[in-house]
This record gives sequence, structure tokens and C-alpha cells, in this order.
Amino acid sequence: MRPSKQRSANSALLRYLGLRLALLIPTVLILVTVVFFFMRVIGDPITAAQGGRLSASELEARREAAGYNRPIWVQYFEYLGNILRGDFGIASKDHREITEVVLTNGAATLELVFWALLVAFAVGIPLGRLAARYHDRLPDVSIRTFAVLFYAAPVFFVGLLLKLLFSSQLGWLPASGRATFETRLELGRMENPSHILIIDAVRSGSFDYVVDVLRHAVLPAITLGLLTAGVFIRLIRINLLETVQADYVTAARARGVAERKVVSKHAFRNALIPVVTVMGMEIALMLGGAILTETTFEWDGIGYQLSQYLLARDFIAVQGIVTAIALVIALASFLIDVINALVDPRVRY
Amino acid sequence: MTRPLLRARDLTVSFQTDGAPVRAVKRVSFEVAKGEVLAIVGESGSGKTVSSRAMIGLLPRTARIEGSAQIDETELIGLRGEAMRAVRGDRIAMVFQEPSTALDPVRTVGWQIREALQAHRRMTRRQAMARAIELLELVGIPEPAQRIRSYPHQMSGGQKQRVMIAMAIACDPEVIIADEPTTALDVTVQAQILDLLHDLRERLGTAIILITHNMGIVADLADRVAVMFRGELVEQGKAEDVFERPSHPYTQHLLSSVPYLGRERPAAMNTAAPKVENEVVLAVKDLKVYFPGRIGSPAVQAIDGVSLELRRHEILALVGESGSGKTTLGRCAVGLLPPSSGQLTVLGQSLDRIKPDVLRALRKRLGFVFQDPAASLNPRMAVGACIAEPMTVHGEGTSQSRRERVRELLEAVELPAEFASRYPHELSGGQRQRVSLARSLAMGPELLVADEPTSALDVSVQAKVLEVFVRLQHQMGFACLFITHDLAVVDLLADRIAVMKSGQLVELGTRQEVLRHPKEQYTRDLIAAVPLPDPAAQRLRQRQRRGAGLEVATS
Amino acid sequence: MAVVTPPPAPAAAPVTRVARRPGGKWYTKVPGYGLIRTTHGLQRTMLLVGLGLILLFLVAALFADFIAPYDFNQTRYLGVPFGTQQPPSADHWLGTTVGGFDVFSRVVYGARTALAVVVMAVAASIVIGVALGVVSGYLGGWLDRVLVLVTDALYAFPSLLMAIIVSIVVSSGSSSALGGMVSASLAITVIFIPQYFRVVRNATLSAKTEPFVDAARVAGSKPGRIMFRHVLPNVSQTIPVLTTLNASESILTLAALGFLGFGIEPSSAAEWGYDLNKATTSDVANGIWWTGVFPGLAIVLIVAGVTLIGESLNDVLNPLLRTRGGSTTTADEAELVEVVMAEAGDHRAPFERDDAVPPVTAAGDSRAAPGEAP
Repeated sequence: MRPSKQRSANSALLRYLGLRLALLIPTVLILVTVVFFFMRVIGDPITAAQGGRLSASELEARREAAGYNRPIWVQYFEYLGNILRGDFGIASKDHREITEVVLTNGAATLELVFWALLVAFAVGIPLGRLAARYHDRLPDVSIRTFAVLFYAAPVFFVGLLLKLLFSSQLGWLPASGRATFETRLELGRMENPSHILIIDAVRSGSFDYVVDVLRHAVLPAITLGLLTAGVFIRLIRINLLETVQADYVTAARARGVAERKVVSKHAFRNALIPVVTVMGMEIALMLGGAILTETTFEWDGIGYQLSQYLLARDFIAVQGIVTAIALVIALASFLIDVINALVDPRVRY
Repeated sequence: MTRPLLRARDLTVSFQTDGAPVRAVKRVSFEVAKGEVLAIVGESGSGKTVSSRAMIGLLPRTARIEGSAQIDETELIGLRGEAMRAVRGDRIAMVFQEPSTALDPVRTVGWQIREALQAHRRMTRRQAMARAIELLELVGIPEPAQRIRSYPHQMSGGQKQRVMIAMAIACDPEVIIADEPTTALDVTVQAQILDLLHDLRERLGTAIILITHNMGIVADLADRVAVMFRGELVEQGKAEDVFERPSHPYTQHLLSSVPYLGRERPAAMNTAAPKVENEVVLAVKDLKVYFPGRIGSPAVQAIDGVSLELRRHEILALVGESGSGKTTLGRCAVGLLPPSSGQLTVLGQSLDRIKPDVLRALRKRLGFVFQDPAASLNPRMAVGACIAEPMTVHGEGTSQSRRERVRELLEAVELPAEFASRYPHELSGGQRQRVSLARSLAMGPELLVADEPTSALDVSVQAKVLEVFVRLQHQMGFACLFITHDLAVVDLLADRIAVMKSGQLVELGTRQEVLRHPKEQYTRDLIAAVPLPDPAAQRLRQRQRRGAGLEVATS
Repeated sequence: MAVVTPPPAPAAAPVTRVARRPGGKWYTKVPGYGLIRTTHGLQRTMLLVGLGLILLFLVAALFADFIAPYDFNQTRYLGVPFGTQQPPSADHWLGTTVGGFDVFSRVVYGARTALAVVVMAVAASIVIGVALGVVSGYLGGWLDRVLVLVTDALYAFPSLLMAIIVSIVVSSGSSSALGGMVSASLAITVIFIPQYFRVVRNATLSAKTEPFVDAARVAGSKPGRIMFRHVLPNVSQTIPVLTTLNASESILTLAALGFLGFGIEPSSAAEWGYDLNKATTSDVANGIWWTGVFPGLAIVLIVAGVTLIGESLNDVLNPLLRTRGGSTTTADEAELVEVVMAEAGDHRAPFERDDAVPPVTAAGDSRAAPGEAP
């Protein structure tokens, strides 16, 4: 490639990524809009949260003070404006700032998702490759059965079984929480805590804290990780089966390339392209799974917190958190596009 | 020739299926000597690819291979693992039909050539890269040092096939198996690739097994010919002998079916044609069609200002290579695509902002035959329903009269009446295309657009379809826009010819003018690139072409 | 070429034809028999296990009143309370819950709730999603763009979260059994419509460019006829697999809603997710396993059953096994032999005809294993 062509290729990539970024705006806007109006179908946040407990006149006074008697469009645009300024509101249940909730509890979810992805990659990719390699033979059958069972088992049931076995019966691992009370207390006293406990624990320099945090992470990580691993296995298996039949794989074989290299350098790399794309969608699934895992293990992540606010009908908090989640998903799907461009040169140029 | 280099003896391949095993190749024997080109000729499914792949173990696990294939003293059948790997690419290399799928899309071509080299040679990365550049230069890729960093999708089809050939010769193999190496390419590019193969044989002395269905290519390149039919090798001999005196009925049939550019039309095609009248049925004036590019990239100009007229009873052939805009023009003519600008008048009716119901009424008088007969018939509908579809949607006749008409149409395309109740996938390609023709003729159209109607078919089947087509045109007298890339087919049936290139009209004239006395250089190149199914004549053309300059080989 | 060409007949076609064949034994007319016939080996085992599991739950759902010893919200028999958290016994095969319900009865009645919700949710989302998908994909234009944007946004969002929000909106106030089930199915429908929409729209987009659709347009067919007579039948083979996928997902979503406390009230219907929630919060820590394990197993088995059916359907209808155009069939050869023999003129058969099997078709097994031929 001449330098000029190289530059134009880069600018094509930038243009592509810029376009993907621009396309995120309507996505987020639609979600925020859908959630806002869904929530308001039931009524304004004050009526929803305080409905039975206040007299009609008191309710009215509060509504007026909060501005909920204005036309819904005015409220909608005011809400959009607030979001743009980074103001997600204050929860009426516990008067926490939503931004703060998203940052601290979000960190907990991030930690959980990180551990779970570790499990999912470690289990999913080798098993997926193995299943494809022994297509329709015993390893494939057992791995597929395994994948079906873990897909079929709800995360909270897997969590329950793990708790029963490793916590209640064997007593090896803690049943819930992210760390023991004193660890949290100590780590909470740190300056600028990241709220990602493993980082804070490492920073504290105490080996006991690190072990404590890790012990608490094992069961939730396996629970959420296996759910995701099931998806990975299926995806990698089916895509590998497809790419090992591709002409370029036969052509590589005909050139005398060793079988191991044919699979890993040609088939697997190409099989990853659709896997990366689907992973973008898996983020949503993982967040759904995170809500359930967090509830099962009382892991105070964003999903757990959200379901608490939902049960309390605190719609200001719900709206704020949901908007934040939509933003995170949009950003994550953008990251997936970037990865995709790195894996697939046809996107890059 | 000298001692055979590669020898197959009684090669038999059968495939394990759910039912009984299926024998794909039956006791096939052939051999090829150093520097020799052996063409294995046959139609799809004749077993020519299976037998060649069997030799280097590229068949699926369900294949059972018997017999013997030896390169020098090494027995190939039964060779496994490392031993087989050492043969592939190093002693026997392969060139595939579809260069765009045979190259890994996520690796640069340099990476792939390097991989081919390092599979057999101890080389550093730097040495391999230097050799890769040499190889690209050898196969005529300009600026090889830069192109080595390109990904396959950044290259043209011809360039990709050159890269495939570069990989095949990377380790100086003794034999190259070229499996339909030019089928996916345009005819001018095909000529270049054939020249390249010819050149490699001369320079490197590589033996080539050329698998093809195209008798023109055989005539161009082959020293000897082996003809396969239904998994058997029915005839084998020197190229001149096979062309001159084919002994097996299948070979005779095949050779008689191949259309020959520049020869007299066969009797079956030369019946009394209806007189072309002056009335214009299709008028195209300064037609332009753009396709919007992907967001951020410019629009693609498919047709760039084309004007032409088609008269009643006339067959106008629209000729061009891929990307010339010929298919786009055909689709515009029946209102499947809206023109971006210019005028399009069909049977006196302008298609500009035409109302849907007016267009529907107009379509009663139009017909269209598609390229791929398998895809153009709804797989969920019986043949009878497919043929009756135009009558059904226009509410023509009763179901009784429609059935009657379907029977007539089937008869007209020489198919038995009971085919009406069959499903498309139960028919052969040629039969399906005749069904497609019957459907397009159901309403007795005045204008028929045929888009590459025979290019998905084998030659011997193509001949039958063309014969039926010409007879019906003579009987029914519809005007026809016949879109094709095959000049030999054009010579069989066209009254006038329009040559297109990159969305523009290059030349327009009668068949005699365009094919015998072309005015434009492009038309001349196109005609010169068509390989003639006659070794002596083709040798002559070859010499002229190669004498004409090396710019063909490097462009 | 023969090696790389999959067998010619579309895999779906034999299914219908086998099923339609008149006569034969009675069981040939059972729906799904044709499907089972087209499978073999492992696929068939998967399909049969899946069908067996679904049959089991179907029976449980339909005859819950006869199978379950008690009602799902019964806490006492003849005035005597069952007792809470009782281990499995002769009276209570699977024990009792923290709320004093009989676990076995709740597991059996739970099948009824699950199936009712699945049927409602899947039926509604198929009808709406498929119609929207075909119309939007075929017509294109601004309608398509807006629908794609909206469904893509919804699709990217955690479906469970969306289901919770919808169920809160729908169920505000209603706590009856039917109301709870309808609101749960509505919540699930909302999250599934985008999925059907996407799949069907994409299938429509590719079917739309197929020459046979162009052929119908050239013949003068109206858009409605093209969409529902030409496009839909060729798109519909994507639907069975998706349906099984969604059926299992809707069971999981229903359970998740129950688990999080947004589902059906425990007094109005038996629901496994709710029971699992109670088990997790109050029983697990004490080592009480029977209240959680059995409803959980019920979910695993029913979802696994549906998924197994889906997987084997996917194998049968896999696009890898289907073929597009240009492939050679036995008909091609028969035709050719006839022509050549006629031309040869004399009576000597030019070819050996001793083979009972047609020699060349279906040469390659398209599902060639990843390992190469030895």
C-alpha cells in the first residue's frame, strides 16, 4: 500500500467508527424515551411511591412542588436536559444521588462481570473448540449436553445449588455478600476507594483482605460465568463448524499447512468474527443475569440496587439507573465495533 | 512425452451416505508427464474434481478411496498426516475455482504466501517475505512490494487468482492441479490467467492437471485430454485427436453442443426468423443508474448514459463483462429497478413515475428469464403453479383454461405434461430453465428480457435450452433483450449486438458488424479473449495474442 | 463441484412430503412424525428426549388437578396445618415450603402456569413479530428504518429489565391468576417481538433479492401476494427454531420475574421462580434443600426439553445443509444420458448401467467433519 492509500484506509476506519458512534445517539434516546413514558403510564413518581400513605391534598402539594403537574412533554425535555448535564436525580427511597449509586454499585457489578467473563472464556472457548473438533462424537455430545443444561438452568437455581453444596453443606465458601463485614469496613475507610473490592484489597496490601474478597467472588463468578459460557460454547462450536468447511481452509490444507495451524490460524480466527458480533448482544444478557446473580448472592451491584428501587416503586431512581445502563450498553457495543474492526479487515477498509 | 510423473490407476471413490454408498468416481486411470498439461473435461458432477482431490486427500471423511495414485514412486492413496502434508503444496499444489473464497479474508496475501513457503521451507520471516514479493512479481502483480500488505478483498478477482497461483508455485511443485481456475473470472481476465499458466509451464516445466468444463480452455492449453462422464473416464487422448475424432458418443455430443464463435449457425438454430419491424418496443435514452454507496462512500454508477432501441421481433444481445451494467439495464427495462435519470419507454409506455397498476398491466406484455433457474422458481410451489403464476395474478382465464395453457407451454418447451405437479428441485437445471422460459411466455409477451439464461447450465444442456428458445422466438416473434457474457452464444442467435463496458455503450451494430468487423479496440479484445474450441485455431490466436504484446499479461 | 455441493433436495421439503403421504400406518399421521423420520442417530435421540420431557410437563399442566395431592395454595388438610419446612415424607413427597405449602403440588401446578404463559407470550410475539418483520423487510422505506431503530434499541437492552418494567406497568393493581399470567406474558411478548422482527426481517431482506421474488414481480404480482405467498413460506423455516428458543427463554424470564418479586402472586398461581426466591432467602442457609431443588429441576427439565427440540430442529433445517441453485441432480444426468443415447443412434448402450445407485449426486457430506480426511 502506498502511504496515501494507508491514510485513506485509516480515515475510512475512523469514518466507520464515527458513524457507529453517531448511531448510538438514537439508540440511547429511544431507550430513555421508552422508559420515561412507560414509567409515567402508571403515574408520577410521587403518587407511585407514596400513593397509599399520603392524603390527596398532601399528595397534590408534593406533586406541584416537584413539578409533576406540568405537561408531560415539558417534564420529558427537562429530564433529557438534566441527563445531558450528568444529573440523574436523587432517589426518593434513600435520598442517594443516582450518579453516586451508579458509580459505587456499578463498580460492584463491573467486578462481578469481570470475574464471570474470566470463567466464561476459560470454560467456553476450549470447550467450544473441542466440541467442534469432535463433531457428533462423544466429546461433542457431552459438551453440548453440558451447554444445554447450563442454558436451561436459571442462574438463581445454579446459585442456590452452589450455595447449598459449598456453603451450607461443605462450609467452604461464604454464601453471600462481597466480603466479610470487617473487610468492607476497613476497605471503606480507604482514600478514594475504587469500590472494585479486589483493587481496593490489593491496594490495602493485606493478604487476608484479598483472600476474603476472592473467596466471596468464587460462587457468583461461577454462577454468572457458566451462563455465559454456555452461549460461548454454542457460538464457537457452530461457527467453527462452518469455517472449517470454508474454501480457504481446504486451500490452506492443500498448501501443506499443518492441521493445527489450519484450524487455529484460519478457521478459528474467522469463526471469531460472528462471535464478537454476538458478544455485543450478550452484554445485555449478562446484565440481566447480573441482576439475578446479585440478588441471589446479595452482591450489592447495580442490578441488585435497581431491583430494590423497583420493588419500592422509586421511579426516579429506576429512570436514572436505567438511563445509565443504556449508556453503558451503548458504549460497550461501540467497543465491540472497534474490536470487530480489529479482527475483520473488511470492516477496517 | 517422457516418463509419467503422476499416475492414477483404477482410482475409485465412493461416499458413505445415510443410504447406500454412492460411487462418485469409477476406476479412473490417467497420467501426466513433466511439463505436460492434461485436461480433465466433464460437466458438473462428472467426478473430475473428486478424482483430483482424492489424490491429495482433500475429500471429506465420508469418502472411501480405492486404487492407486503415485507421484514418482510415492503412493498417495492411504498417505496420512505428516507424510501427506509434505506432499501437498511441495510436490502437488492446487489452484481453486473461486479465488475470493479460497483466500483467507482476515490475512494479508503476503502472510498467506509466507505461510505456504514456511510450510515446507526453513526460512526466516524476512526471506519468506522477499520470496513472496518475487512470486507476486512472477505472476504479474504490479507493485508487489506494496500489494503484499493487501487483504484479499482489496484485490480484483483476476489478481486474487494470480495470488493463488503464486502460492501454488511457491515451493516449485512438480504438479499443479488447477480446478476450474478461470470459471469465476471474466473472459479477458481468463485469457490472462491462461497465458500465465502457459508461461509457467514453459518456464518452470511444471506438469498441470487442468480441470475444466470449457472446451475452449482445453483447446487453449491442453496437450492431452481425458473426458469424464458419470464418474467414468470415457475417452482419453491427444488434444488434437479428441477434437478431430471424438470416439465416445458423449464426447461427440459435448463437442457438437459447444457454440463456436465465428462458425455458421447449426441447422436447428437457423429456421425462418420473423422479419424485424420498425416499431420500437423498447427505447432507452441517456439512461443513468446510480446505486447509493454505503454511508460515507460514493455512489456506484451502474449505468452511465446508455441509449439504444429494440424493435419488434428483434433479438438484441447485450454483451459485457461483470460490472458492465448489462444486467442493471435489463432489470430497468421491466421496471424491477428505477432509473436515476434518462428515459425508458417500454411498448410505448414511459416508465417514468409509472403508477403501480399501470405497470402491472404493462407487465402482462413483458417476460423475464433469470440467470439461475434454481433460484428463480419458488421452491415451495409446484412447476404448474409457477408457470401459471402470471395468469393467476392477472386473473386470466379459469383454473381449467390455465391448466390447459400450462400443458401447452410445457409442450412448447419440450417437457412432459406431468411435470406440472413436480417441484422445482426435482428437475434438472436445463429443465428448470425451460420451465422458467415457459413461465415468461405464459402471457404471450411482446418483449422478453433474458438475463444470462444459460450461464448456469452445462454446455450440452445449454444447447438444448438455446434451441428451444430460438424456435419459440421464431414462432411467437417476441422482441428480446438477450443479456450474456458469452460471445459464442450471441453469435448463435442475435440480430444486433450492443457491447457494454463500465456502464457505457462501447459499440452497437448488427451481428456481422460487431463480431466480424469490430470498430472498437475493446470489442476486438473481447473477441480475441474467447478461447475457440479447436486446438489448431486456438494455437494460432494464442500466438497472435501473445505476440501482440506482454501488456496483457501484466495489466 | 460434487465435493463441495451439499445434497440437492431442500431439507425441509421431505418433511412435508413424508407427512402428506396418504395411507401408511396410523402413527405416520402424528404431527412431528415426518420430522422424526428425517432425523437420525444423535439428532433423533435429542429430539425424542426433548419431546418426552415436554410431553411430561404437558400432562402435568393439563391434569394437575388429578396429579397433585393438594391445591397449590393449600396449607392445611382437614383443618390440620401441613407445617412449614417439613422434609419429604409420605404425606408430602417433596416436603413443604416455608409458607407451609406442599412442594410437590406447587411443582405440578407450576407447569400449568409456565405453559399458559409460554403459549400466550410466544403466540402473541410470533403473530406480531412475523407480520411486522415481513412487511417492514419487504416494503423498506422510513417505516422499516424507524422499526429497525426501535427494535434494535430494545434488543440491546437487558430483556429481563424491560420485562420487569413492563410487568410493573401492566400489573399495577391486578393480582388475579389470569391477570398475573397475562401481564407476565405481555412483558415477555414485548421483549420477544424485536427478536422475531429482526430474524424475519433479515430473512425477508434476503428472500426479497431472490430471483423468484423478482420473477413474481415481473409477472405482475401485487406486494401482498408476494409477501405472503412467495416470501413468507420461504422465511417461515427460521421460525420453528426461534420459537423453541423463545419458549425456553420465556419460561426463564417468567421464573426470573417471580424470583425477583415482580411475578404472579403466590396465592393466585403456583410459580417456580417465586418458590425459588423463598427457598434462597429463607431455606438455603439452614441447609433445607427440598424447597429449592425441585422447582429448580422442573425449570431445568422443561427448558432443556424445549432447547433439545430446538437444537435438533436447527440441525435438520440448518442452512449449511440446504442448497441454492446450480447443483446437479439425478435429473440432470438422466436427461443427458437420454440425449446422448438418442444421438448415438444405435442400440449399444454407451454407458455401463449396472449400478443400481445413481453414481454422482450427493457426493459430499456437507457436514464434513472439522478433522480432515485421513
